[in-house]
Amino acid sequence: MDALAALSVALPLLVAAALVGLAPVCPRRAADAAAVATAAVVTVLCLVLLARSLDGPVVYWFGGWTPRDGIALGVAFAVDPVGAALATLAGVLATAALTFSWRIFEAVRTLHHGLMLVFLAGLVGFCLSGDLFNMFVFFELFSVAAYALTGYQTTNPGSVRGALNFAITNSVGAMLVLGGIALLYGRTGALNLAQLGQALARGPADRLVVVAFLLLMVGFFVKAAVVPFHFWLADAYALAPTAVGVLFAGVVSELGLYAVARVYWTVFSAPLARVEGLRGVLLLGAVATALVGGVMCLLQHHLARMLAYATVSHVGLTLAGFALLVPVGAAGAVLYLLADGLVKGSLFITVGIVDHHLHDVDERRLQGRGRHMPWAAALMVAGALGLAGVPPFGTFLGKALMEEAALEAGAPWLIGLFVVVAALTSAALLRATGRIFLGLGPPGPNSAAAGSGGSGSGPPGPGAGRAGDHHRRPHPTQLAPAVVLLAAAVAVGLAPGIIDAAEDAAEHFTDRPAYAAAVLEGVPEPGPAVAHPATPFGGPALWAVVSALLGLGLAFAALRPDRLPDRVRGGVTRLWDPVAAGLRGLHDGGIGDSVTWLVVGMATFGTLVAVVAR
Amino acid sequence: MRFLPYAVAAWLLLVGLYGIVTSRNLVHMITCLSVAQSSTYILLLSVGFERGGTAPIFLDVPVGTKAVDPVVGALTLTDIVVGATVSALLLALAVQAHKHHGTLDPERLKPERD
Amino acid sequence: MTPRLRRRVFLAAAAVAGALLLWGLTGLPDYGVYNGPYGDVLNRVAVAERKATNVVASVTFDYRGVDTMGEEYILFAAVLGVAILLRAQRDETEQPPDEDAADRRAPGTSNAVRVIGLALVGPVVLFGIYVVSHGHLSPGGGFQGGVVLATAALLVFLSGEYVTLRRLSPEVVLDTAESVGAAGYVAVGLLGVAAGATFLANVLPLGHPGALLSAGTIPVINLAVGLEVAGGFVLLLSEFLEQTLVIRRPGEVT
Repeated sequence: MDALAALSVALPLLVAAALVGLAPVCPRRAADAAAVATAAVVTVLCLVLLARSLDGPVVYWFGGWTPRDGIALGVAFAVDPVGAALATLAGVLATAALTFSWRIFEAVRTLHHGLMLVFLAGLVGFCLSGDLFNMFVFFELFSVAAYALTGYQTTNPGSVRGALNFAITNSVGAMLVLGGIALLYGRTGALNLAQLGQALARGPADRLVVVAFLLLMVGFFVKAAVVPFHFWLADAYALAPTAVGVLFAGVVSELGLYAVARVYWTVFSAPLARVEGLRGVLLLGAVATALVGGVMCLLQHHLARMLAYATVSHVGLTLAGFALLVPVGAAGAVLYLLADGLVKGSLFITVGIVDHHLHDVDERRLQGRGRHMPWAAALMVAGALGLAGVPPFGTFLGKALMEEAALEAGAPWLIGLFVVVAALTSAALLRATGRIFLGLGPPGPNSAAAGSGGSGSGPPGPGAGRAGDHHRRPHPTQLAPAVVLLAAAVAVGLAPGIIDAAEDAAEHFTDRPAYAAAVLEGVPEPGPAVAHPATPFGGPALWAVVSALLGLGLAFAALRPDRLPDRVRGGVTRLWDPVAAGLRGLHDGGIGDSVTWLVVGMATFGTLVAVVAR
Repeated sequence: MRFLPYAVAAWLLLVGLYGIVTSRNLVHMITCLSVAQSSTYILLLSVGFERGGTAPIFLDVPVGTKAVDPVVGALTLTDIVVGATVSALLLALAVQAHKHHGTLDPERLKPERD
Repeated sequence: MTPRLRRRVFLAAAAVAGALLLWGLTGLPDYGVYNGPYGDVLNRVAVAERKATNVVASVTFDYRGVDTMGEEYILFAAVLGVAILLRAQRDETEQPPDEDAADRRAPGTSNAVRVIGLALVGPVVLFGIYVVSHGHLSPGGGFQGGVVLATAALLVFLSGEYVTLRRLSPEVVLDTAESVGAAGYVAVGLLGVAAGATFLANVLPLGHPGALLSAGTIPVINLAVGLEVAGGFVLLLSEFLEQTLVIRRPGEVT
C-alpha cells in the first residue's frame, strides 16, 4: 500500500478544503473533532511509513511516471526513515496543538483549522519529497499557511511589523532557494534529487555548483533561523497563537536544517566532498547560532521569545552535528532534532496554559502568580531538563552521538559548546519557573518585597494573584498534550534499539549512490554493513549533569543575586551588561534590518564557501 | 547577449532587495518584493530557452519541431501564483497596519519591547 | 540600525553577494542553449502519451501534477489568510474614511465607463471559460482562465455596480467555489488511487489530440483549478474592497 505516502498529504488537504467549504454549516465541535482526527490519522500514516522505510526507501511516483533510462519524468516521494520520522514529528505536534486548542475560543475557528491542516500537509510533503522543486512547493505551502496563521492577532504595532518581517524575510529565503534550483536545472536539466546527484557526480565542484549550494543553503538557513538569518523568529513566535507556535517550535526550523542536510547528501556530496573547509564554514555558522541564541534566550522575559531563542540556539547545536559531515553526527543530529522538537512543543503548550489561565506571558509580570499551578510548574521544569539534555530524554542520546562524532572528527571543543548552550537555555527556563511558580527573584514592579506577606491595602503581594486568574487545574485537553509530548521525548530516549536504528538510517541518509539506485532503478538498499560500535555513555552523562547543574546555578544566580559575593556580582555585571545591550540593540530592528542581515549573511557565507572551494 | 538575461535576473534581485531595505512605505516594500521575485521568473525562463525554438504547443506545428523547454514554463507558472498570493497576504497585513496604527511607514511601526 | 547605516551595510553586502551571484551564473550554458534532457524528452513524447497538444499543460497537470496541487493550495491558504485577517475585524464599527472631505469625493462613474465596462463583462467571462476549457490544447489553462474570470468581477466594480456584485456573489458562494475547486483536485488524484493506479494518475479516456475532450483528467483538473482561482481572486477583491469602501444604499445621507 504505497499510496500511504500520497494519502498522508492528500487527506489533510481534502479535509481542509471540506472544512472551509462547510464552515457556515459545520458545528464548532464537529470541526474541532475532524481536525484532531485528521492530524492523528496523518501521524499514524507517517508512523507506518517510518516502519516500512527502515528496510529501504519507500519510493512513490505520482501519476505513475516512473523514470526512463535514469531520467525522472514525474515527481517522486522518496521516504526514508529520517524524512518519515520528521513527518511523524509534525503529525504528533499538530495533533497535540489541535487538542490544546479545544478550549481556546477564536472567532474564525473553522478557517483556522483549515489552515492548520494545510500547514501540516505542507510539512509532511516537504519531509517525504524526493524532488527538489516539489520540496520548494511544499516549503512555500507551509510557509504561506504560517504567515496566514501568524498575522491574525494584529492589535499592537509590533504585531503587524512582526508578521510582515516574518513573511518578507522568509519569502526572500524561498526566492534564493528557487534561484539555486534554477542554477541546478540549467546545468543538469533535472529536478529529482537522485538524478541531480548522479548528474553532479560526473562533474567538478565548479562555480555554478558552489553558488547553487550557497543559494540553497542560505535559503533554507533562513527558515532554520541560523545566525544571521534569524531576526524574524522571535516576533513570529511571540505573535503566533499557541497551536501554531507548537509547530513552529517543534518542527519548522528543524525542517530547514533537514533540507540542507538532505540536499547536501543527495545532491552535492559527490563534488563537495572534496572541499576541505566546508565543514569549518558550517561549524562557524553553528557556533555563532548556538551562542547568540543562548545569550539572547537568557535576556528574554517574554516566555514565547525565550522559546524562540532557545530554538535558535538548539538549531545551532543540531547544525554542528550535521556540519561534521559524518554519519554518526547526522544520526545524533536527527535524534536530537526529534526529541528537542517534542520538548519544545510541550514547553510551548505549557506557555499556552500559563497564558490561558494567567493572561500574561511576561515572566516579570507573572512573578509569583503561578503558585497554585503545580502541574504547569512540573511541566516547565521537565521541559527545562529536556532542553538541558539530561537522561532519560532523547536529547541526551542525540547529544551523546554528536559528542562521539565530534571526538572522532577531532573537534572536542564542540562538547564544551554543547554543555554551555544547553546550560544557557535551561537556565532561562528554570529561572522563569522559579519566578512564576515559586515567586522567587528580586521584587518586580508587580510584587511587594519578597518575603513579606500580602498587605491589606495597595497592590496584592506576590502569589496573591490577580482578580482574573483561574486557579483551577488546567483542563485535560490542555495538560494531556504537553504531558504526551514530554513522554514521547522520553520514549525517543529509551526506545530499545533506537541508537542502532538511527545510525543505520544515517548511514543510508549519507550514502548518495545507494539512494540514487533505490530511487531511479528500484534497487533495494543493502543492509547495514557492520555492526555499530556501542556508544559510550559515561562521558556524555557527565557532561549532561554538568550542563544541568550549570543551568540551575545560572538560574539561581539570576533569581537571588543578593546571595552572590559582591566581587562576583560586579565582575559579571561589567562583562554581561555591554554584551546584553549590544545584542539587544542588534535584535531591535525591523524588516529592513532583517533583510540587510540576510544579505550580509549571504555575502559572508558565500565568500567563505567560495574561498574554501578553490 | 549570451549572458545578459542572467545578469538582468541578478540585477532585479538586488534592486528589489535594495527597495525592501530602504523602503518607507509598506506598499512600496511589497512591490519591491514582487520585483525581486520576478528575477526568479527570468532566470528560470532563460535557462530553458532554446534559440530558434517555438512554444511547446503542438496544435498547429508537428511534433518534433524545435521547441523551448516546457518544464520551466510550468515552474514559472507555479512561481508566479505563489508570488501573487504572498503579495496579497502581505497587502492585507499592510491594510491592517494602516487601519490600526494610521501609518504605512515601517520605521514608525515600532513595538513596545520589554 | 539607523537607515543610513543600514543602506551602507546593505550596499556593501549586496556588492559582494551580487559578485558571487554573477560569478556563479557564468557557469550556466549560454543563453539560448538548452542541453537538459527533461524538456527534450517531454517535447517528444508528451503529445503522444497524453494526447494534449499543450505540453506545458501536460507537465503542469499530469507529469508534475502534484506540484500544481500544492500551488493551488498555496493560493487557497493565502486567500483564507486574507479572509481571516480582514473579515475577523469586520465587527468593528464602520467609519467613513477620514479622507472623505467634501472636495475629495471620488467622481461618479461616467456613463461611458459604465456602458463599456458592463458590455465587456459578457465577452470577458466567455473568454475566461474558453481559456480554462482549452488549456490542454492551446496556451492557457485553469490559472490563466481563472484570473480572466476574476477580471470580469473587477470590471463590474469599475463600472460602479459594486453593490450588484456583492449581491450576486456573496461570500458563501465564493468560499464554496474555492473549496470545491481545491477539493476537486485532490478528488481527481484519489480517483487514480481508487482505480488501482497511483495518485494523480491520468485514468480517464485520453481521446485524440486536438479534440476538446481529450487528455483524460487534464481538462477536469483545469476546470477545478479555474473554479478555485476565480473564486479565490474574486474573494480577494471583495475582501479588499470591503475595507476601503463605505457602501451607501441609495437615499442614505452621509
